[in-house]
Amino acid sequence: MARLLIPILSILLILVTWLSLGLGSVPVPVWEGLWDWLQDDTSRSALIIGEVRLPRTLLALAVGAALGLAGAALQGLLCNPLAEPGLVGASQGAALGAATVFYFGLFAGLGSLATAIAGLLGAAITLLLMLALAGSGRPALVIMAGLAISTVAGAALAVVLNFAPNPYAMQELVFWLLGSVSNRGLDSLWVLLPALLIGGVLIWQQRHLLAALSLGERVAESMGLSVARGSRLTALGAATLVGASVSVAGNIGFVGLLVPHIMRPWVGHRPDRLLIPSAMMGAILVCTADICVRAMPPGPELKLGVLTSMLGAPLFIWLVWKERKRWH
Amino acid sequence: MALISASSLCVDTRVKSVSFELHKGEVLGLIGPNGAGKTTLLNTLAGLEQSSGEVSIDGQAFDSLPAKRRARLVGLQPQSLNSVWSLSVADVVGLGRMPWGDSDSEAIQRAMQRAGVSEFAQRSIDHLSGGERARVWLARVFAGEPKALLSDEPIASLDIHYQLEVMEVLKAYSNEGNGVMVALHDLSLAARFCDRLCLMQVGEMIAQGNPAEVLTAPLLSQVYGVDVEVNLEHSPPIVLPK
Repeated sequence: MARLLIPILSILLILVTWLSLGLGSVPVPVWEGLWDWLQDDTSRSALIIGEVRLPRTLLALAVGAALGLAGAALQGLLCNPLAEPGLVGASQGAALGAATVFYFGLFAGLGSLATAIAGLLGAAITLLLMLALAGSGRPALVIMAGLAISTVAGAALAVVLNFAPNPYAMQELVFWLLGSVSNRGLDSLWVLLPALLIGGVLIWQQRHLLAALSLGERVAESMGLSVARGSRLTALGAATLVGASVSVAGNIGFVGLLVPHIMRPWVGHRPDRLLIPSAMMGAILVCTADICVRAMPPGPELKLGVLTSMLGAPLFIWLVWKERKRWH
Repeated sequence: MALISASSLCVDTRVKSVSFELHKGEVLGLIGPNGAGKTTLLNTLAGLEQSSGEVSIDGQAFDSLPAKRRARLVGLQPQSLNSVWSLSVADVVGLGRMPWGDSDSEAIQRAMQRAGVSEFAQRSIDHLSGGERARVWLARVFAGEPKALLSDEPIASLDIHYQLEVMEVLKAYSNEGNGVMVALHDLSLAARFCDRLCLMQVGEMIAQGNPAEVLTAPLLSQVYGVDVEVNLEHSPPIVLPK
């Protein structure tokens, strides 16, 4: 079964992508639209597929992959199934960075990319603060430092909201924070993809450490691994992924927490083998959720982040229930 | 040449100027009351503590040995172990190949056979008894095929059947030309399975030598603070508090 996992996930991924490209308020032939768009044709289907649905789909996939991978890495690093991407502080930092754009109108020249760039800057600053605070600490301390910095960024975000210059700016900011992948354009992908690559490589290189940490820090260290350095690199990778995805899409809750849980039994509970399936499943889930958002009746859009939280919360309760039964 | 040789080894205030050697083919028992520094000493040799003094491993200076190379030579089985995730036995044993950076399936099979865990290789570690688990932890260290195996109270929570089994597996490993250093509280088993013993007390090495030299009633009474009955002529040897 384990051997079939990646092929099955790949098939699901292709199906979801196809569905996402094909679904919308206007029926459009997907192949034709995609082909026309690649030929720089300006037919109606080319514009709808290439300019609207393709960016949205790719963004949903990339955000999901980033969150799933970051969640799997952090749960492995902390040896705790409740660890989630919010713990590294990068998501609050990114939110704060983006919020200041709404507030001060910074980087106006960059257009829709302004929030993404400011979010990345915010995430990078919280990250540096976190690493500085953690020093040469153990994994748990690295995360505590992340949580501390995250609290500071959260407080600053509350201040920004508190003194929002006008109700429209505040509404825009709150909606943005709720998380969505609509109307982002292909530009945002150029922020997210490099981050996905860098974060992914940083985490992938530490997969042996994540596996060894199953038996505790001492065993990992006695087997010649550098726990302090490796855990900082892993946290750095996770923060890059989370920071970038929050920068472009706002908060998409519960994906990073739940996806590793769903995939764990399929990989024999191995933290190293969990990474890629979690990234793939995260992509599938977020893209599916976005399809659901688009399939809703017209009117005010239900934000993607709201939907994932609404779906994630009951799943989480079910997980707690299952865990509780194990202890009886 | 000794596998491990330490002279004037100090670890802050927990281990005070300890000198000893571990040779190929021997089981070296580390005994002493709680807080004697046995665990600290083993952890230090596995690279987990900062120390001063001179230590060499297989003829190479400890400080100049890269972590991976050290880990290939010295394998540590810590005192209390647990797996956070419910990994399969084969996966746990496979982790022991980490110092080599491979997943040599022959070495893993050998290790599982040595520790007698092959028949439940595919079971989850969560579903094993304490005794079975102890052998899995041992198999994990065997998988790295270290020349020096350090084992910290491997039999502390086992019934007498598994106590004997684990000690016999360790003895067999030493008979293949490896060195085994084991911290023990059961002095009768120490007398029975160890070729030489080191007796420690609050960080200092009180006595070293073969069991007959170290396990004497007056010395043990002085170190442990209780009267001890020693009968090494008996088969098996008996060392018990009175």
